[in-house]
Amino acid sequence: MSAATLTTPIDENAAKQRRSLLLVFCCTILGAAAQIFIKNGATHLAHPSLITAALGMVTNPSLFAGYSLYGCSTILLVIALKDGELSITYPVIALTYVWVAMLSYFLMHESMGLYKILGIALIVTGVAVVGKSKR
Amino acid sequence: MTHTVTPFSSMVMVFTGAFIGSIGAAFLKAGAGRLQMSVAALASNWRLAVGIFAYCISSVFFVYGNTRGELSVLYPIVSLGYIWTLVWSRIFFSEPFTRTKFFGVSLILVGVFFLNAASR
Repeated sequence: MSAATLTTPIDENAAKQRRSLLLVFCCTILGAAAQIFIKNGATHLAHPSLITAALGMVTNPSLFAGYSLYGCSTILLVIALKDGELSITYPVIALTYVWVAMLSYFLMHESMGLYKILGIALIVTGVAVVGKSKR
Repeated sequence: MTHTVTPFSSMVMVFTGAFIGSIGAAFLKAGAGRLQMSVAALASNWRLAVGIFAYCISSVFFVYGNTRGELSVLYPIVSLGYIWTLVWSRIFFSEPFTRTKFFGVSLILVGVFFLNAASR
């Protein structure tokens, strides 16, 4: 009780929002790993259709791994959404694209051109703008 | 250099997936607000269940939509989901729809375009 009186409700809310942003940040890293697995699995589907895509979640190891990671990241997102504003927390997920591009560059030796660097810079700036926006 | 044209069906698939996903996010938020760490409470949290279900459905659309077409076209369409989410946030959770948020999301959309414009 005495400790609670030291912090104002506004401080407490700001701390909760920060914790939410940190959680969704972790969520994007898991989401990026998931996307790489899903992309890998999706391109190896013999006859792409809604049915084979749905079945592939269980039968295709790459898709299965991807969706499991996706599930973990969704759990983190739910915990983040508990205290965080949806309109601020959700756009942060765009960082996933940044991690995917970096992972593709470092692990799969994809190219990293000017457009990609520009895109990454814009996304990071956009996420920062949303994250800093007034609650 | 190969020019793969993005089929309209892929765009519709991904657009639909993003729309369903944004509705899912709104349900996840509604469910998260009532989050309690007991099996009974989690099992009866239908908002969370609807959110997760919508998420799964949207992923199926993404997998299917992404099998054909250019990511520079498809991923920005996926990112349109952030705009829908801003709308749901305002309607259902009375979160302010500020110019800053809209500006940030717009930067993200343009960024997603550039990021994938290079990867062909």
